[in-house]
Amino acid sequence: MTQADAVPAGTAPREPSRRSARSLLQALEVDTRMLGMIAALAVIWVGFNIMSGGTFLTPRNLWNLSVQSSSIAIMATGMVLIIVSRNIDLSVGAMLGFIGYTMAMVQAEWIPKTLGLGFDQPYTWIIALLVGLAVGALIGGIQGFIVAYGGVPSFIVTLGGLLVWRGLIFRYAQGQTIAPLDKIFQLLGGGPKGSIGAELSWLVGIIACAGILYTLWAGRRRRRRYEFPVRPLWAEVVIGAVGCAVVLGAVAIANAYSWPEALAKAFAEEHGIPWPEGGLIIPTGIAIPVLIMLGVGLIVTYLATRRRFGRYVFAIGGNPDAAELGGVNVRRTIMTTFVLMGVLAAVSAAVQTARLNAAVTNLGVQNELDVISAAVIGGTSFSGGIGTIPGAILGAVVMQSLRSGMLLLNVDSPTQDIVVGCVLVAAVGFDAYMRRRSA
Amino acid sequence: MNGEEMMVDATVPSGASHPAGDPAPASDAASATARSGVPLVELRDIYVSFGGVHAVDGVTVDLLPGEVVGLVGGNGAGKSTLIRVLSGAHPADSGEIRIDGQRVSIGNPRDAKALGIETIYQTLALADNVDAAANVFLGRELRSRLGSLDDSAMESATRKVMGRLNPRFRNFKTSVKSLSGGQRQSVAIARAVHFNARILIMDEPTAALGPAETAQVHELVAQLKSEGIGVFLISHDIHDVFDLADRISVMLQGKLVGTVNKNDVTKDEVLAMIIMGKQPGEVTQTELAELHG
Repeated sequence: MTQADAVPAGTAPREPSRRSARSLLQALEVDTRMLGMIAALAVIWVGFNIMSGGTFLTPRNLWNLSVQSSSIAIMATGMVLIIVSRNIDLSVGAMLGFIGYTMAMVQAEWIPKTLGLGFDQPYTWIIALLVGLAVGALIGGIQGFIVAYGGVPSFIVTLGGLLVWRGLIFRYAQGQTIAPLDKIFQLLGGGPKGSIGAELSWLVGIIACAGILYTLWAGRRRRRRYEFPVRPLWAEVVIGAVGCAVVLGAVAIANAYSWPEALAKAFAEEHGIPWPEGGLIIPTGIAIPVLIMLGVGLIVTYLATRRRFGRYVFAIGGNPDAAELGGVNVRRTIMTTFVLMGVLAAVSAAVQTARLNAAVTNLGVQNELDVISAAVIGGTSFSGGIGTIPGAILGAVVMQSLRSGMLLLNVDSPTQDIVVGCVLVAAVGFDAYMRRRSA
Repeated sequence: MNGEEMMVDATVPSGASHPAGDPAPASDAASATARSGVPLVELRDIYVSFGGVHAVDGVTVDLLPGEVVGLVGGNGAGKSTLIRVLSGAHPADSGEIRIDGQRVSIGNPRDAKALGIETIYQTLALADNVDAAANVFLGRELRSRLGSLDDSAMESATRKVMGRLNPRFRNFKTSVKSLSGGQRQSVAIARAVHFNARILIMDEPTAALGPAETAQVHELVAQLKSEGIGVFLISHDIHDVFDLADRISVMLQGKLVGTVNKNDVTKDEVLAMIIMGKQPGEVTQTELAELHG
């Protein structure tokens, strides 16, 4: 209602069809930018599917896409908050490498050899993970402290960090690859074994649907209680139905991808199951890194939109001086964004090392570029104050879709880089153009 | 305007009223303690320098409950810097701040707010990319038991306070960037008055406003006075100050020229203080004539 009032009479849409589309979107209160991104993603997917002769939109490829996107998406959620508060973190790739290397050392060297406790203890994975998270928080905290309290621009601090953390890896690893990793830890990387199977996937899907419906219902009840305008009931129903359909559809796709035959054979032999006629079909379900990514996305979205911390991050991005005068502890907030970024780099480091089942010295190289690109394609503005977590996750999926699609088409790696670079600039340019028009 | 002035006079608490027509010399008028006990705010011997420049050079001013003190001076006189000391935006190099006679230390804006000091900055100091409620409650968000932001409660409270300040305000869901100057001013004022401020600092509150909105601000100041709130009003509009202030403190080149009762002086005399740094008694008719020259 208020939005409709705010539109000056002169700019009323002329065509009836456009008006109805717009009023539909208004009633749904859907973020049109987000809708545009989803449309762009759909175009990319369908385009690649046609060009690749139908191999892009297969459960197998989409499942791989989800796993490949998760590591970048996890870090992109933190990068949004960094960029929103007018900073940048160029060190995430090097941080990831350093933390991944540390976690690998914990489980492949220190616990089994240095302490003599042996390999594959039940507690190994959790200790390695906790050490990684702590190191991430510490590194992020150091960088954040220098930025927030030392007054050194974040570009410089994290550029220095990039060199320092990467240098430290080379210095201590001396070109060695640390492997193999703990059996349980490996599950964090995904793969058919690092997935939760059909039943649990459906359970996750049902819980997610319940969550969507509860959120809609609770929001409506709250607005009613304060006598604020509420969406029409049909709009709530449409949003709930679309949300649940997307969730359950995604689960169905993940379950439609079954274990590769070699792996299924090995599994059958191991468990003494006779190999059936048409092969053994084991639904893979949602991969664990994807679950981690979704969990991280939910938590960071909550921090960004429902906590003081997030409110301050956006206020600082809009006007740092005003935030300070308004009573916001700007320095502490900025430092916290870097701590969070370090922790998320640790989570991604766990996913990447677990997936490789090793820590290599070039782990995470150029990840900072992918992470920043994902955040920016997802609508995060470098002028500060604007950005969303779901947008950044979608941005990571867009980036990964481009790379994975070009791989399917046998596009060589340099050409891939050229295309991704052009898409990045074009996406931001288009976004800037749309903002100017709407402003 | 006359009607408003009448209302202002009628609502001054008796303890803080200045007997009209009492021809007190400027030096006596400056000492508020002589009239009614402990002042709400005392800024004593405040020094602030930037590099070698003394922006505020040993200034002492005070403020009583329910009183409006106008702080006037030309550009660079140091009035905004002085007030930034009180609002916590820029700590003083030396000097002391007393609230209700108690010495306090104000190191940042949060300290000031904790003491009931609210500021409406000339720039408004709004977070442009969040909505009105988020701005009103910035730094003091309402939260649920688990510590989540209670946006609905904040919006509801904001609707109430805006209903009082600016009943035509409707844009509760848009970022304040897209609001008009007057609407933005309303948000800044709402933020200052919603938390039961005891001391309000208004830095050029009407500089960006049209006549109707200016009148609204005048009404608000009168209302705040009647509630016993002390107001520091910074302005270079001498008419504004004469309309609203009980006493006027004049600054020139970082120093306090003097503090006078509004009713004891003419606008010309205050102008002479602002421009020439002369006390009302010292200024000659020829000099006054030159002011208008």
